[in-house]
Amino acid sequence: MSENAGYAEREHTADWSLHVWAPDLAGLLEQAAKGMADLSGITAKEGGRVKRSIKVESTDAEGLLVNFLTELLHFVDQEGLVFDTFHLTVSETVLQASMQGSPVAERKKEIKAVTYHNLKVEKKSKGLEAEIVFDV
Amino acid sequence: MVTLSDLKKISDVEWEIPSTYRSDMRVPVAIFATRELLEAIAGDKSLDQAVNATTLPGLVGRVVVMPDMHQGYGFPIGGVAATQYPDGVISPGAIGYDINCGVRLLASQIELEKVSAELDDLAISLNKHCPSGVGVGGHYRLNERELDQVMREGAQWALKKGFASESDLGRTEEFGRIPGADPARVSQRAKQRGSNQIGTLGAGNHFIEVEVVDKVFDQEAADVMGLREGCLTLMIHCGSRGFGHQICTDYVRDFQSTIQRYKIELPDRELVCAPMDSAEGKAYLGAMNAAANFAFANRQLLAYHARQAFEESLAGRVKNWRLHQVYDIAHNMGKVENHTVDGKTVKVCVHRKGATRAFGPGTPGLASEFQKTGQPVLVPGSMGTASWVLVGTEGSMARSFGSTCHGAGRTMSRSKAKKTVRGSELRAELEARGIHVQAGSLPGLAEEAPQAYKDVDEVVETVSRAGIARKVARLRPVAVVKG
Repeated sequence: MSENAGYAEREHTADWSLHVWAPDLAGLLEQAAKGMADLSGITAKEGGRVKRSIKVESTDAEGLLVNFLTELLHFVDQEGLVFDTFHLTVSETVLQASMQGSPVAERKKEIKAVTYHNLKVEKKSKGLEAEIVFDV
Repeated sequence: MVTLSDLKKISDVEWEIPSTYRSDMRVPVAIFATRELLEAIAGDKSLDQAVNATTLPGLVGRVVVMPDMHQGYGFPIGGVAATQYPDGVISPGAIGYDINCGVRLLASQIELEKVSAELDDLAISLNKHCPSGVGVGGHYRLNERELDQVMREGAQWALKKGFASESDLGRTEEFGRIPGADPARVSQRAKQRGSNQIGTLGAGNHFIEVEVVDKVFDQEAADVMGLREGCLTLMIHCGSRGFGHQICTDYVRDFQSTIQRYKIELPDRELVCAPMDSAEGKAYLGAMNAAANFAFANRQLLAYHARQAFEESLAGRVKNWRLHQVYDIAHNMGKVENHTVDGKTVKVCVHRKGATRAFGPGTPGLASEFQKTGQPVLVPGSMGTASWVLVGTEGSMARSFGSTCHGAGRTMSRSKAKKTVRGSELRAELEARGIHVQAGSLPGLAEEAPQAYKDVDEVVETVSRAGIARKVARLRPVAVVKG
């Protein structure tokens, strides 16, 4: 994890909170995806690499973040896939994501949903930052 | 951040945040808590979330929070808010992702002392019959037509399929079926997630527990419910699984633009909402009711399989191994109900998120057998601690929109709990106290350690003193199954 991009869990009484940072929105989305998989305790099977491409739309950066992570939750739930390599192209309201990953070997925790709770993608000292609360 | 000095004391167990605290508040906040519980509540952001909840358009009376309150997302867990029907709003985030998460209690005439040696087998059998754990599917895969039936009919679908009895349904909130469910308002993705998750427990704080009736406080009500001191009961805690989570996700996303259309300003985007008489509001109501019915059917199927486990483990070892239903209640729901506010009867949508309906004696819509006692309320404790059976009262109808607490309420984050408690040690400690444990994950067990929760006895004592519920019986766990 490079210093100018990363993620860290933050204390939350009942659910999970993830602080993410990166120089730009594409990097922020990638860190959030990796952080969410990490929080879930997901490990991938060796080999069997898969590719998926998705398009996500919303009215703003926060919406893109929630909708993108929700799509990834869906891949875990329904196809049993987790991604570790991301090529993300972001405009203001559209995200094009080409992703590579593997089948899930193990998932320790279930994330029910990605919430909008106090969610703000903000320009701060580390570039862009956000704090995402997950319902678990 | 709201501090204790911002609160007005009403009594030893009731406090208020006046609507003058912040300019965007539409109504005050009433907090049912002792001073000690209040200090625990003030340790996180739950009071600020309660203040945020008071900004929802169309609120009547006051936002009420329970002693088991804790920080959630958007709306606090343990919160109750009533909005005027039909022009007030409905907010999916004020109900929660796990729509109709709830509790079912079954009781028996099986005396604990006669089956102590069988409890380990019983826990193993429950674990075998009732699918649980992260991503674990169930015994059933519903096709689209069957899923539509579940959405419309709830536990009544289970009755037709032979998984329920008339008595089970008579002892279920709304008799196991909420009218007005509209499958057309449910996304294909939600249907996909729901198709193989019916009849599953899931993970997290969901559980199945075998408990013994430890002490009866109200013999008359206990007799009506069939609760006998020293006899086994079975508690199931779960909800609408991925089906409900997806419905909430879909509508929280869609309502981000809906609030702009209706010019609704909110302090937190997770509180997004729509007027109930709008097309968007009606669509969510139809989908939410579908998820509620899914959850009633889900708990009914789990009860069916738990009964099979009891039969497998105990038939032939005790004369009567059968389980009868005590009640099934929701604690994450929006319900259209009539309540008295300022002396007038008003139709409202009561949002309960981590709060239980607690209708008092004589309330219309309550089964005839509970008209005298009041509605049974099921309050699960944290793992290894007591659970409670209460009843609703005149006080809950008058002061908390027919609602009361729903559990112990967390005080410690999951990550801190995992750092503080080792799952293997916790299991050994529970086993040493005679509690048999079947757990899918030891770290998951540690997250739900009793140290991470408030004292459920103190929570129950508070609602009892406040008059918004009355004690019927205390239950003590003897076997736990967790995903």
